[in-house]
Amino acid sequence: MEPLHALVTLANFVIVPAVAYGSQLALGALGVTLIYGILRFSNFAHGDTMAFGTMAVILTTWGLQSAGIGFGPLPTALLALPVGIAVAAALLLGTDRVVYRFYRDKKAVPVTFVIASLGVMFVYNGFTRFVIGVDDQRFADGARFLVSARGFRDATGLDEPLVIKSTQAITVVVAVVVVAVLFWFLNRTRTGKSMRAYSDNEDLALLSGINPERVVTYTWLIVAGLATIAGTLYGLDKSFKPFTYFQLLLPIFAAAIVGGLGSPIGAIAGGFVIAFAEVTITYPLKKVLGYFLPESLAPDGLVQLLSTDYKFAVSFMILIIVLLIRPTGLFRGKSV
Amino acid sequence: MSRNAWQEDRGNKDRSITRSGGGTMARGTATDVRPDTTHAFLVGDSMTGGYGTGGDILHDCTIAVDPGEIAVIVGPNGAGKSTGMKAIFGMLNLRQGGVRLDGEDITDLSPQDRVARGMGFVPQTSNIFTSLTVEENLEMGAFIRRDDIRPAMEQVFELFPILKDKRHQPAGELSGGQRQQVAVGRALMTQPKVLMLDEPTAGVSPIVMDELFDRIIEVSRTGIPILMVEQNARQALEIADRGYVLVQGRNAHTGTGKELLADEDVRRSFLGG
Repeated sequence: MEPLHALVTLANFVIVPAVAYGSQLALGALGVTLIYGILRFSNFAHGDTMAFGTMAVILTTWGLQSAGIGFGPLPTALLALPVGIAVAAALLLGTDRVVYRFYRDKKAVPVTFVIASLGVMFVYNGFTRFVIGVDDQRFADGARFLVSARGFRDATGLDEPLVIKSTQAITVVVAVVVVAVLFWFLNRTRTGKSMRAYSDNEDLALLSGINPERVVTYTWLIVAGLATIAGTLYGLDKSFKPFTYFQLLLPIFAAAIVGGLGSPIGAIAGGFVIAFAEVTITYPLKKVLGYFLPESLAPDGLVQLLSTDYKFAVSFMILIIVLLIRPTGLFRGKSV
Repeated sequence: MSRNAWQEDRGNKDRSITRSGGGTMARGTATDVRPDTTHAFLVGDSMTGGYGTGGDILHDCTIAVDPGEIAVIVGPNGAGKSTGMKAIFGMLNLRQGGVRLDGEDITDLSPQDRVARGMGFVPQTSNIFTSLTVEENLEMGAFIRRDDIRPAMEQVFELFPILKDKRHQPAGELSGGQRQQVAVGRALMTQPKVLMLDEPTAGVSPIVMDELFDRIIEVSRTGIPILMVEQNARQALEIADRGYVLVQGRNAHTGTGKELLADEDVRRSFLGG
């Protein structure tokens, strides 16, 4: 039973949380990678776009809750998602009209866009805090657990518990659906193909009669959807705090770059690589190793390689290693 | 000198026909540069212009192509061959001259609008979507068309059978010659009224080059007028119905491909004897 216990412990503390966290990062990184591939700049405002969209979802959720509307065992936030996406889309399209289009017309270099996005980030950041405040907000409702510790123990008779929160399950299911729809859109529809064509070869896309402004609009719409969904799932799973979302920028960018900027598959892979690395390295592995290894080799310490306070260092490390060894990322995106 | 015209003998010309050395009207010499553009299907007429605000690259350059024809622009390096083609496609600032397609003046249209009017253009480099499959490349070529594009695609597959076998492969994975076929196929998807190729054989091996020329002749047999710029002057002129030799942005020689190949001057200057 020992290896089984080790596996269950590992699943409980590492695999399940990392899969959920990885899905959230993957959705965030998909947004970053789409902007990079099509608009050709690194959008530093992405974390705060997520925060803004999530804020819209939370406000709508509260409205629905006070009106007595629920979604059964599922969180009400899922019902509020379309509203949040619409608000985020309006914000992004407005920003594009006011800020980015100006630089696009001037054919500004990418670094100008990056710095402009930094400014946009501060504006979003301040606006979000101004509206909803800087504190933690919890808005998850509905059933709390898909698999509870007691339920799992009763069902299997194992000593070690396995807990799967319903928000974790929802995260994974929603992420799978969103990714499937996104890939279907990019690979099967005329508009999706024109976006890929534009990302691949701008001049030839123009020659083929693809309207760049339309491509840009569609990109922002998709990014609004991805950012709001990613932010909402993260907020449901953990909690909503504007500053945390700003900090999420690092693992999200790390995920996008590790996978290869501009490559959607890479963004997903990168999200899971970063999530698993972060969770594994900051989790005390003493118990798992204790089950796996013979008594004499069992570790004395916690075998926690890094304190959770330093979890962002993991993203940095992976980022640097990838940039040194394979600058185009796992899936050969555009070189940074 | 008196200002009275009746007092100087230059006014007295009544014997000039018989008087030796007395006439002032000398006969000029004509060149063989006489492009007839009045009825040409696509013509860039006496184009003068350059890139941006820089100096002029083209000087009174005229290039025309008629239905069923292959017209080839050749010339030494830096002669403005590609520039001439870009001028016709609206990628140059023309200071003088105009472009007409099928009798319509299109001088003011953007390149995209020209595509919509029926011009197909294959740039010299990055002329395919490398990350898209062959089939998607062709679909994107037909982006402006809202009708059924399958017949056009079948036609392209007939012209370039190898593309049909590789239709689901990313175009970037193909060989140089196959990429050029994708590029030409992409441009053909709009079913253009005229096809313009900028150095279609640049960077491919001689064997592939021969095959590409064969394919271009085949495309031309479908009735589409083709205008192309070529480095390999001799081979290009062999298949050309009409050839333009440009030197320093000016028309230097014009004629049928055979005429130019036979022309002593052209042979010595551009074809290596």
